[in-house]
Amino acid sequence: MTLITDPTLHDRLMALAERQAAAGEVRGPAAADPVNVPMIRHWADAMGDANPLYTDAEAAAASVHGGIVAPPAMIQVWTMPGVNRRAGQRPTPVDEVLAMLDGNGYTGVVATNCEQTYHRYLRPGERPVPATRFAGLTGPKRTALGEGYFVTWNVTWYCEEEPVAEMLFRVLKFRPRTGRAASGTQDGRAREQEAGARRDSGAGEGPAGARPDSGAEEAPAGARPPYPLRPAVNEDTAFFWEGAARGELRIQKCADCGQLRHPPGPMCPSCRSAARTYAVASGQGEVYSYVVHHHPPVPGRQAPFVVAVVELPEGVRIVGNVVDCPPSEVGIGMPLRVTYRQMDDELVLPMWIPRES
Amino acid sequence: MSSLSGRTAVAGIGATEFSKKSGRSELRLAAEAVHAALDDAGLSPADVDGMVTYTQDANQEIAVAREVGIGDLSFFSRVHYGGGAACGTVLHAAMAVATGVAGTVVCYRAFNERSGRRFGQPDARLGGEPSSQGLEMSWHVPYGLMTPAAWVAMFARRYMHAYGATSEDFGRVAVAMRRHAATNPAAWFHGRPITLEEHQASRWIVEPLHLLDCCQESDGAVALVVTSAERARDLRRSPAVIRAAAQGSGAGQMMMTSYYRDDMTGLPEMGVVGRRLWEQAGLGPSDVQAAILYDHFTPFVLTQLEELGFCGRGEARDYVAGGGIEIDGRLPVNPHGGQLGEAYIHGMNGIAEAVRQIRGTSVNQVRDVRNVLVTAGTGVPTSGLVLSAG
Repeated sequence: MTLITDPTLHDRLMALAERQAAAGEVRGPAAADPVNVPMIRHWADAMGDANPLYTDAEAAAASVHGGIVAPPAMIQVWTMPGVNRRAGQRPTPVDEVLAMLDGNGYTGVVATNCEQTYHRYLRPGERPVPATRFAGLTGPKRTALGEGYFVTWNVTWYCEEEPVAEMLFRVLKFRPRTGRAASGTQDGRAREQEAGARRDSGAGEGPAGARPDSGAEEAPAGARPPYPLRPAVNEDTAFFWEGAARGELRIQKCADCGQLRHPPGPMCPSCRSAARTYAVASGQGEVYSYVVHHHPPVPGRQAPFVVAVVELPEGVRIVGNVVDCPPSEVGIGMPLRVTYRQMDDELVLPMWIPRES
Repeated sequence: MSSLSGRTAVAGIGATEFSKKSGRSELRLAAEAVHAALDDAGLSPADVDGMVTYTQDANQEIAVAREVGIGDLSFFSRVHYGGGAACGTVLHAAMAVATGVAGTVVCYRAFNERSGRRFGQPDARLGGEPSSQGLEMSWHVPYGLMTPAAWVAMFARRYMHAYGATSEDFGRVAVAMRRHAATNPAAWFHGRPITLEEHQASRWIVEPLHLLDCCQESDGAVALVVTSAERARDLRRSPAVIRAAAQGSGAGQMMMTSYYRDDMTGLPEMGVVGRRLWEQAGLGPSDVQAAILYDHFTPFVLTQLEELGFCGRGEARDYVAGGGIEIDGRLPVNPHGGQLGEAYIHGMNGIAEAVRQIRGTSVNQVRDVRNVLVTAGTGVPTSGLVLSAG
């Protein structure tokens, strides 16, 4: 089957995506029913979760919670609209994007990411309100399933004005291939999850149209997605990124006075010379300071992740990720050595791994 | 050279309610706050001939002027570097008034920072263009270091390492701010104090920062009216005289990521501001009865106490222990609850509180206030004020 592609489609999709993103957070209707024990009981039963906190009033009362609480993973359950959407329900910012993709042959759907964060337990009687924020549209990508677009959105559930849970959800909307079984490999970090049977009111999840048995061969075509974020580069900084692509950690060196400098710039602050060269660093360093990022989610990154200010023996500092090391083992003074990570077909980032001192 | 000290005053303050969803446009919030500030001063829109806001404010001076009914403007200016602009707006207004460029200047900041664009969220546009700022950010954002909490956490970790400060030391700042906010009806966290245990139990945002180390996100607006001290004395309210006003940036300065200077445990730009303020005011740390310290994240409150000379390097944790910065402590800091407790209006609500403390009209009034120190955004080029009675 050959689909005639409307040459303006991509631009229209991106323009729509930008508008939807600009709309910010859009609240959906509150849960149809308040958090209640019968639904908790059915869910816990189906999931095989025998935790008495969820169903046994007496045991729950004796716990730190002082009463029954809902399983945090039920958060989507409370605001799912069921098979038929309620009349007059306000659309989420995601719906129009999915509809445009559907209408242009991207009828397949596979959920690729679902990351939930629970801020606290819900109690019977509470009625969470979902608020959906359109986070991004990237593509077209050639994948084993067919050409498609990744659609990402965030949902925050509120009780009163308090955010109680958050979710990042991403689907691949694709044009199903014909004649060949879909196969491929998926980014190991992406947790595969089948999309809900029908759209969730708050989350706007797409209908499940395909098995999530394969994923994306990252092969971007057309517009470049926003993530991984790439550095802005100009004539003062290009040498650094070209070096990273070749596996060299380049530090700007004044061609006149020899001073090393990072981050680089067009003029030597010591001697005013604009003549520059670079030194290739030894690739050793140690942690000068670091953070462990947990929240909010950074697209393209799996939290927790570590970012460090690394001090080089050459006498400059540089920022980078510490990888291949549990965050809890990172500390100031930890010896590191540089490594390089290919972020996509173009971007290579220097990163840091522990080194025997 | 004639000094700016004492020649101008804040004659009026105004604000909207502080919320998580104003339900109104940012321009409307700005107009409401400006009207409120003019009413407070007993002035009319026709008296205004200058306006100053932040470069980050989405409301052009001319748009606010149109809505409020302000006519001819002879002075308009913007101050850069995020929340570092707060006291800078007052400095620019004071300079305009002191030099005769304008007679009465309104400073304002208005945004829907919670229901609209949230500063705490990753923004894919941070790197982007090869402007000097885009290039600066590009050494950090590709690594996922792209939220204010993360930028500050990097300084906080080094500070802890250097001075043995702990998360509990940061937590004592949050506890103090929430205690103050608890008795301030205008505060979002009115009636909701926290304990140190709750601070410690709150989830990680970016280690070493817990959720309760981070200020809230707010919708709202604040406006201030600056005119000559002489004129202010004839107006409705007791003037808050601008005894000193300063901006500051340090060597090797960046926006939030000055990680490449020799030392990462201070805020040299705030040191610049502090030295200028004390010199201009002819005062020292022991001469202020209250301080408004910018508190978007708790660790920098400690650093500011050190940079401004209230205590020595690394000693702030002892200074804040035992309620040192609470309303009855040795230096009451942010009696309104700060941005952790009252609202995050990019520092402008703190200036309004300083004015109330000088007037003696704060809901959490400190006794016998004569001079109040105010600071603006930390980790960025910043600014500060000393306001005095008289």
